[in-house]
Amino acid sequence: MFGIKADWSLEVFERYFTLDDYGAGGDVRWCSGCGDFAILNTVHRVLRDAQVPPEKSVAVSGIGCSSRMPHYMGTYGFHGLHGRALPVANGIKSRRPDLDVWVATGDGDCFSIGAGPWLHALHLNMNMVILVFDNGIYGLTKKQTSPTTKQGTKTNTHPRGALLPPLNPLTITLGVTNVSFVAQVVDWNPPLLYETIKAAHEHRGTSFVRILQRCPVFSEEFTKPLQENPDKFILLEHEQGVTVEDNVKRLFHNVIEHDPSDWLSAMKYAKDNEAIPLGILFKDPDAIVYEDLSSQGLGMTNEEKAAGLNAAFDKFSI
Amino acid sequence: MNDHTTHSQEKPQQLDEHIVEIVSDSGEGAQKCGQTFGIIGGKMGNGIWTVEIIPAEIQPPARTPAGGSGNRVRVGSKIMTNMGNEADLVVGFNEQVLYARIANGAYKKGTIVLLENKWATDPQEKIRDQYAFAIKEFRDNGLIVHELAIEEECLKIVKNARKGKNMFVLGMLCRIYNRDTELGLTEIHNTFKHKGEKVVKPNQDLFKVGYQFAKDNLDYFYTIPPYEGAEQELKDIVVTNGNTALGLGVMAAGMEMVSMYPITPATSASHYVADVFNQVGGFVHQAEDEIAAIGFAIGASYAGKTACTITSGPGMALKTEMIGLAVMAEVPLVIVNVQRGGPSTGLPTKVEQADLLSALYGEPGDAPKIVIAAATIPECFEFVIMARKLAEEFRTPVILLTDANLATGVQPWLRPEIKEEWFSPPIDQSPWNKDIPAYDWDDQTGLSQRPIPGQPDGMYVLTGLSHTEHSKVSYNSETNQITSQHRSRKIAALQSTLKAPIIHGVESQEDEGDLLVVAWGSTIGAIEESIDRLNDQGYNVASLHLRFLSPLEPNLKEIFSRYKKVMTVEINYSDATNAPMINEENRRYAQLAHVLRAQFALDIDCWSVVYGHPLQPGMVIEELTQHLDAITA
Repeated sequence: MFGIKADWSLEVFERYFTLDDYGAGGDVRWCSGCGDFAILNTVHRVLRDAQVPPEKSVAVSGIGCSSRMPHYMGTYGFHGLHGRALPVANGIKSRRPDLDVWVATGDGDCFSIGAGPWLHALHLNMNMVILVFDNGIYGLTKKQTSPTTKQGTKTNTHPRGALLPPLNPLTITLGVTNVSFVAQVVDWNPPLLYETIKAAHEHRGTSFVRILQRCPVFSEEFTKPLQENPDKFILLEHEQGVTVEDNVKRLFHNVIEHDPSDWLSAMKYAKDNEAIPLGILFKDPDAIVYEDLSSQGLGMTNEEKAAGLNAAFDKFSI
Repeated sequence: MNDHTTHSQEKPQQLDEHIVEIVSDSGEGAQKCGQTFGIIGGKMGNGIWTVEIIPAEIQPPARTPAGGSGNRVRVGSKIMTNMGNEADLVVGFNEQVLYARIANGAYKKGTIVLLENKWATDPQEKIRDQYAFAIKEFRDNGLIVHELAIEEECLKIVKNARKGKNMFVLGMLCRIYNRDTELGLTEIHNTFKHKGEKVVKPNQDLFKVGYQFAKDNLDYFYTIPPYEGAEQELKDIVVTNGNTALGLGVMAAGMEMVSMYPITPATSASHYVADVFNQVGGFVHQAEDEIAAIGFAIGASYAGKTACTITSGPGMALKTEMIGLAVMAEVPLVIVNVQRGGPSTGLPTKVEQADLLSALYGEPGDAPKIVIAAATIPECFEFVIMARKLAEEFRTPVILLTDANLATGVQPWLRPEIKEEWFSPPIDQSPWNKDIPAYDWDDQTGLSQRPIPGQPDGMYVLTGLSHTEHSKVSYNSETNQITSQHRSRKIAALQSTLKAPIIHGVESQEDEGDLLVVAWGSTIGAIEESIDRLNDQGYNVASLHLRFLSPLEPNLKEIFSRYKKVMTVEINYSDATNAPMINEENRRYAQLAHVLRAQFALDIDCWSVVYGHPLQPGMVIEELTQHLDAITA
């Protein structure tokens, strides 16, 4: 295969990957109208554009509708336990910094049962992308209240309406020490979704992307008012964050220049209950990346290991 | 000079063995003193066995029976395999901490008690009274009590005798047992060198003064010669506790990652590894909880890097779901369970062997896996290497059971010659054969090779859901039946490679006998010593110690058939046959007995206790004698 370089000359690749290489080939089984399709397709495009060899990429997930994503990838995948995708993803990365790791999780999987791993994965800041498919409801188990369900929404566990105001995943995430990338986006704006996920993938560190996602079956009221009224959004634009073309920008009436290195402003936008920020809220390319520490000693030879072990034994000898 | 002053003897009295205890309030360093005394013995060619005396709290109230902290050291002229019975000599930093030991039956008439005497002149009347009362009571019970001005002597060298008294006592013990003082000074140097010469020097001075004090004031002067052949072996010997041996095993197995969460009594293994893992290129990850710890290790293992997690009972409970996932998705993983007393938080610092059934059957659903148990400190080392290989060959989690007794017991063992074949091989990143599915189960053995991320054409999605050979989710009933068979078959395949266990206490492995004791784990020393003594008394009794619990070692049914009675001896709970309410239909058996009864449909009896301390030969002999007399009557 070949590509065309910026100067119009031909670039010949030994292996060139197409979108098909990142798909699993079989049926994708989400409900009709589900926002997950858009996220999946965007991930395929980002991988294709980055030309990541499929065998070098691993999609890790927990349990839930979102967590089916690895099954629809042509990469390696790990579909594990509810709430536990992140420790597994971190473990994969710990001694294999060469692998390109993606995590697919949901509002229940990440913010509820996986709340502990969520905070600690942000703290570790290993180089990976966390995509939270947030539809404000438990879908796979059929309509129970999730941490981001709006107060008053009727669910099967709260038939008279969810009791409490929803958690704010953005302020929680921004509050974690060593957090390095926080973004929010919606599934129904493909150019913005692409730019945001691409930026997340290019960032070195844990890129946390909360995606407000349509669930037409169980939580239409979570996204419908937003789809119908873009005034609810503030698009955060910056050359260090995301930029979109004018035709996309025209969809938003509120566009604000926001430098993602400005944590305090990021927190201000994250906290705003009236206007929902989209784009990159925060980015710190200098945060400590845990696999730089955990991968120490990779490539040590057997002779060196034997010498190290003998030195350890010497301390207990006579 | 005190009234017990005597003239030191010129020639030490020769002993075969002695059991020594050092007991203090927590934080006074009796444990360090005992460990060091044990290490000196090991390095002089004695057989030693140490057991820690641990309060569950870090700083329990001073001068209370519950607060006793210290070490028991059994030192002798033969290889020691257990803690023995009552102590011969005890050093007490106060009289109250000895009460708990007395309640445990640790002392006998004639046990020598060397006791700090500063309490006799304590400003508080209550303490003076307690002290006087205890001395009288101890003497009335036959203990030989010597009141010594330990604190007073220490204060001549250091301002705070609480820090340093232990090294003074070490000096005393080294005189009493005629130890090599150079070894003592070297050990002190090694212990304190990271704190600098200003700490090393006073501790060495305390040691020397303690040595002289014992020489001037006590006429106990013993020598315990090395065991036969020790001199040749000494150059090849290392002296460690079981958790350190475990840590050395982790490194020798070529593990790259220990992913753990702090839990007593497992943590010291990870502490040790954390200190030296960089020498072999490994990394200790302290996770946010037990579940994340195993999840992280599973992730590393899935990516082709060998990893293990080290924990204890409550941690095992939390890891259960992840262990089930590793079984279902066939992820190689070594899980070490340093058992403590349970259930729940139970007895954090005490020994129990009560996690066998949960190791075998703890996960919901059918979750066959390999379960092995180390019986000795060197096995703590060797079994990690074996466990890694088994995990990878059989594509399964392996649970390695040790316990608090092995974890903290110090013993000399033969230093192994490092073999590079122990280390895990580099990961395969060559292209995978596209025609081979991710789970290419062999119909006979259930075994399969696994693709490693990074291998072109090997891409698959591991899942905890029921899956086909291509790792595709399948709720097809046939798939679930067949894949369950494959996972189970692997255990049988492993059993077919194992050898029958060696029977202890018989002249020929084919012998018949009256009683066969079956056991597992750290009880081996106490049980085999009991068997030897009973056979010396003319009984016909043998024992068999299992290392493999899943699968069981082969040929057991035939072996059992040659004995009139088979029973297990374990440190976990079982109902006594004569207890109220208990009858044949409701008696709950010890855990290994439960397993063996279910497997072989034989009437296998058991005796087990949960006092939280290791088995002592005296108790075992007493119990077995009753069974033997009943058989021969």
